[in-house]
Amino acid sequence: MKSAERSINRLAVLETALPRIVVAPSFVAMVVFIYGFILWTLYISMTKSSFLPSYDFVGLTNYFKLWRIDRWWVAVRNLLVYGGLFIFGCTLLGLFLAIFLDQKIRIEGALRTIYLYPLALSFVVTGTAWKWILNPGLGIERLVRQWGWSTFTFDWLVTSEMAIYCVVIAAVWQSSGFVMAMFLAGLRGIDDAVIKAAQVDGASLPRIYRKIIIPSLRPVFFSTVIILTHIAIKSFDLVVVLTRGGPGYASDLPATFMYSYAFTRGQLAMGAASAMMMFFMVMAVIVPYLYSELRRKRYA
Amino acid sequence: MLETGRSRRRMDPQRLLIYGVLLIFALYFLLPLVVMLMTSVKTMDEIRMGNLISLPRHPTMEPWIKAWDYATIGVTNEGIKGFFWNSIRMVVPAVLISTLIGAVNGYVLSKWRFKGSDTFFAMLLLGCFIPFQVILLPMARTLGLLGLAESFWGLVFVHTIYGLAFTTLFFRNYYVAVPDELVKAARIDGAGFFRIFMRIMLPISKPIFMVTIIWQTTQIWNDFLFGVCFSTGETQPVTVALNNLVNTSSSVKEYNVDMAGAIIAALPTLFVYFVAGKYFVRGLTAGAVKG
Repeated sequence: MKSAERSINRLAVLETALPRIVVAPSFVAMVVFIYGFILWTLYISMTKSSFLPSYDFVGLTNYFKLWRIDRWWVAVRNLLVYGGLFIFGCTLLGLFLAIFLDQKIRIEGALRTIYLYPLALSFVVTGTAWKWILNPGLGIERLVRQWGWSTFTFDWLVTSEMAIYCVVIAAVWQSSGFVMAMFLAGLRGIDDAVIKAAQVDGASLPRIYRKIIIPSLRPVFFSTVIILTHIAIKSFDLVVVLTRGGPGYASDLPATFMYSYAFTRGQLAMGAASAMMMFFMVMAVIVPYLYSELRRKRYA
Repeated sequence: MLETGRSRRRMDPQRLLIYGVLLIFALYFLLPLVVMLMTSVKTMDEIRMGNLISLPRHPTMEPWIKAWDYATIGVTNEGIKGFFWNSIRMVVPAVLISTLIGAVNGYVLSKWRFKGSDTFFAMLLLGCFIPFQVILLPMARTLGLLGLAESFWGLVFVHTIYGLAFTTLFFRNYYVAVPDELVKAARIDGAGFFRIFMRIMLPISKPIFMVTIIWQTTQIWNDFLFGVCFSTGETQPVTVALNNLVNTSSSVKEYNVDMAGAIIAALPTLFVYFVAGKYFVRGLTAGAVKG
C-alpha cells in the first residue's frame, strides 16, 4: 500500500518535472552554443590570438587596434551607405507595391507570387545573377550600347567607389517583396469604416493614404526597419559572390571583414573583435525592439 | 479594400495606370530569372555576339550538362552534382530534427510553463537575432574537438542547433493560441504530458509543421556562412560550390555554365516556394512579428 502511494507520488513528481526535463537539452544547447560562445568570442577578442588561439589577456587593445584599421572603417562606412539605401529602397518599393496591390487587383495572387519569389533564392544565386547582369563587358552596358548609345558606360561593379551600390541594387531586388508582404498584411488589418468615413467627408484617395492609412501603419514600419537593419548588418553571401569585397576591399562589409580576418588571414583576435562589434550593433537595434514588443504584448 | 475603382467603370485611366505600374514591376522582378534562363541555354559564342535579353537562337542544354556533370569546381571536375546531394543529405536530417525538437519545446513553453520558462523563451528569442559571426570561432574549435570539423555531420549539427530558436518560436506562438481548457480537460481525464501532445496538439499542428519545415528547408539550403566556414572540398553544400564555380579565376569565364549552376542551386527552394508559397509567406511574416 505504502509503496503504491510512493510510486504515485513519484509519478506526480515526474509529471511536474517532465516539461523541464524535455526542454533541458535545448536549454543547455542555448546556454552553451549561443551565450557561452558569445562570451568565448568576447574572450578571444581580448587575447593575443593570431593563427592559433593564445590566452595572453590584453584587454581592449584589439578593439582600439580595430578602429585604427582603414579596412574596418571602409567596412563600417559601407555598412552605413548600404544599410541606409537598402532599408530606404526596400521600404519605399515595398510600401508602394503594397498600396498598389491593395486596390482590388484581379491578378493579385499571381503578382504577389512574382514579387516574392526572390526571397526563396539564396543570396548566392541572386549574386550570381546580378554579377552577370551588371558585368561591364557583356551586361547592361553592352545592351544599352547595342541599342545605339555607344558611349554608355556602366562599370560600377569594378569601380571602387561604386561597387557597394551594386550590392544595394541586388539586395533591394531580393528583399523588397518581403516588405511588401508585411505592409500588405498591415493594410488588410485597417478598418474599412475609418476610410469610408473619410471618403464620405470628401477626402481624395491620395490624401486618405497620406493622412490616415500610412500613419496607421507605423508599427509595421517599425518592425520592417528593424528586420531590414538586422539583415543589412548580417549581409555576407551577397557581397562575397557579387564583388568579393572588392575591388581591393572597397565593398567590404563588417561580415566579410570578420570572415577575412578570422578565416583567411589568421588574425583570430581581430576577427573576434569585429564579430563582437557586429554583435553590439545588432543588439543595439534588437534589444529595445524586443523589449517594446514583449511589453506591448503584455499590456495588450 | 477601397471601393473607388469598383463602383466606377471597370477600366478608367487610373486603373490602367495601376495595372501598368504593377506589371512593370512584375517584369522587374522576373527579368533576372529570365535573363539567367536565356543565358544558360546559349553558347558562349552567342553570348559574345548578343546581349542580355536577346533570345537564344540555337538553344543548347550543354551548359546545364556541364554545370551538373563536369564543370571545374575547386579541385574537382565533376560539376555541381555532388554538392547538390551534399545539400540534400544535410537539409533533410537538420530540418527534421530541429522541427521535432522545436515542436516539443513550443508545447512546453506554451502549455506547461514553469518558473523560468518565460526567461528561457526570451533568451531564445534574442538568440534568433544574433549575427552568427559571433559564434563562428568557438564553433570551429568545438567541431574540431568533437571530431566533426569539415564533416557533413558537423554542418547538420550546427544547423540543428541554430535552427532551434526559430522552430521553438514558431511552435510556441502557434500553440499559445490553442485554448488552455483543452489541455486542462485532458489532464483531468488523466492524460499525461506526451499523451496530450500526441493526441491533442499534433493532430492540429499540420499548418505549423508546414510553415516550420518550409522555413527551415529554405534557410538551411540557402545558407552560405556555415557552409563556407565549416566545410571543405567534398563536403561543401551547393551554395558554396556555386560561389566557387562563379568566382574561380579560370581563364575563360563561362557565364552560361554559371547561370545553369545558379538555377540548379535555386531549383529546390523555388520548387518549394511555388508549391507551398502560402506557408512560405506565413513563415516569413511570422518570423518578423515575434513575441
